[in-house]
Amino acid sequence: MKNKKILAKGVEAIAFGALEANCKCYFGYPITPQNEIPEIMAQELPKRGGIFLQAESELSAINMVLGAVATGKRAMVSSSSPGISLMCETFSYLAGLELPAVIVNVMRGGPGLGGIEVSQGDYFQAVKGGGHGDYHFLILAPYNAQEAYELTAKAFELAEKYRNPVMILSDAILGQMKEPLILKKLKIKEYPKDDWALTGAKGRPARFIRSLFLNSQELRDHNLRLQKKYRAMQKDIKYENQVDKEDEIIVVAFGSMARICKEACQNLKNKGYPVGFFRPITLFPYPAKPIQKLIKNSGKKLKFLVSEFNCGQMVEDVKISVEGKAEVISLPYPPSIIPFPEDIEKRIKKCLRSSHIQKV
Amino acid sequence: MPKVFTHPKSLKNTLFHYCPGCGHSIVHRLLCEVIDELNIQDKCLGISSIGCAVFLYFYIDVDIIEAPHGRACAAATGAKRATPDLIVFTYQGDGDFAAIGLGESLHAALRGEKITVIMINNTLYGMTGGQMSPTTVPGQITTTTPEGRDPDIFGSPIKSAEILASFDGVAFSGRVTLNTPKRILETKKAIKKAFLAQIYNLGFGFVEVLSPCPVNWKMTPVESMKYIDELTKTFPIGIFKDKVSEFLKNEKRK
Amino acid sequence: MIFDLKIREERCKGCGLCVYFCPKKVLDLSNKRNSHGYKVVFPKNPEKCNLCGICYIVCPDIVFVKDEK
Repeated sequence: MKNKKILAKGVEAIAFGALEANCKCYFGYPITPQNEIPEIMAQELPKRGGIFLQAESELSAINMVLGAVATGKRAMVSSSSPGISLMCETFSYLAGLELPAVIVNVMRGGPGLGGIEVSQGDYFQAVKGGGHGDYHFLILAPYNAQEAYELTAKAFELAEKYRNPVMILSDAILGQMKEPLILKKLKIKEYPKDDWALTGAKGRPARFIRSLFLNSQELRDHNLRLQKKYRAMQKDIKYENQVDKEDEIIVVAFGSMARICKEACQNLKNKGYPVGFFRPITLFPYPAKPIQKLIKNSGKKLKFLVSEFNCGQMVEDVKISVEGKAEVISLPYPPSIIPFPEDIEKRIKKCLRSSHIQKV
Repeated sequence: MPKVFTHPKSLKNTLFHYCPGCGHSIVHRLLCEVIDELNIQDKCLGISSIGCAVFLYFYIDVDIIEAPHGRACAAATGAKRATPDLIVFTYQGDGDFAAIGLGESLHAALRGEKITVIMINNTLYGMTGGQMSPTTVPGQITTTTPEGRDPDIFGSPIKSAEILASFDGVAFSGRVTLNTPKRILETKKAIKKAFLAQIYNLGFGFVEVLSPCPVNWKMTPVESMKYIDELTKTFPIGIFKDKVSEFLKNEKRK
Repeated sequence: MIFDLKIREERCKGCGLCVYFCPKKVLDLSNKRNSHGYKVVFPKNPEKCNLCGICYIVCPDIVFVKDEK
């Protein structure tokens, strides 16, 4: 499968990305709209000497990942919104235990059983944490099949680099639509694990990995260490920046919504409107500094129009990022009605008109 | 003749935090004796659970990972499948194994995971102060059954060892206890067999240890040991499945 | 026979199981308390001991070990 070009669903791209990164274990449970992932893993992993196991629930699956990763093996679980909710307690454990697990959430409509179509309604859960305590996953949000493939593979490297769980945040439409995918050979780094993995205490003292620190000072120190790690993740911030100095409005979107917004912005820019486009790829750490740089470089009073398939979640992080130095407007699309680029263009023009900025 | 009067090699020197007369500390010693006798200290991975034995890693000198409450059998599944050379065991209470963890526990057994599970059954939730558990017996007073467990309201206890014995994937399942020296030695034998079930790749190895809990039973350690005889009326002592002995017999013949 | 064993007093919790189970009634709890406040066990009738090992088997805290002279 070297540099082959295929037509693939986003979820298939995710599975291929995991295989490319030498993911050795997959534990999962069927849930729409990501069943292709366990099905591909069921077919491919045994061929590659890996382990596929369909668990009896998402709750069980994430804990199987915990066990596998503790022994130093690359392991992944995939699910969709309700299944991810089931996993949240263990997410907190994985972060506290500092285990490099890779988790895939192909978001679907919520809350509750919701729907099976596109949604970005789990942004808060992913970025702010569905589990308890002060912790963060590194969150990667692809917006097409190629990114899904490359970012999923990269997730394993980043998880090991930081000894921290990494989540791929996709959604139903990205997952189910087919696009061209180049199965490139990727350079994915493997980090050494001999100083922490539980491989049997041969030739070394036995070690244990735990998240319980009853001593208040120890717990505080543990939390401070984790926070330091999360700050260090800033080095791996990813984003797409299509903002020019003259732009007056910047549309911010991630994942599937970003494709629609990007087209809308490009259409308007081609007609001479001062519209820029900014796409966060890492949702944690959030590309706050690049946004602040845009404001600084512009020198104008900018407007950020944040569009997402939910009732307004990422818009809060944009508000935080601008630090009051720009106007932030929410353009929420509650799951799962999908706008056309023209609909976004109308809204952008309305925002431009409302501040009496003339077409350049 | 069992090896006596020696502190097992795989047991750390840490003083046990357990209550006077607690079954955990006896079983910890037996577990370490078995690990030493089978010479698997550098191959073991223990999965600690939530309950009085949450600090398993302060006592048992093998690699240990903490699992969320009830999920030890799932974590053990992941670890054993990912790294089959490891001898993976879980150490759980009756709450961890049979309440919150019942799903994961039964499915791991159904899949015939080659893991060893030690379930310490003290018929209530010890660490949190003595509430009802799935193994509280009818009439038993706990902090959440102050009038005694009424089966009409709260149901009857689960008999884990018998249930697991009915699964094809389970190679060894037995219930043992600690209220006589003879029974303590049989507990050790059962633990050893549960490990051998894994070592010989026969299947899931399960030991349910009916264990004294003096503080929560509101008895002295000696009274607790006597009370266990009452409990065996609900939880009979016995080996309900033993593919290990069959296997060893066949090996001897060869 | 004699009670030829070391009692690791700091480990003893005064649970009394060894006293109860010793077939020769060698042991009893003393009035001496260890640093944790527990009354520690002592060999009241050491000459009756036949080193059967039962005290070690029932002791939850591995108090009885061979005396390394």
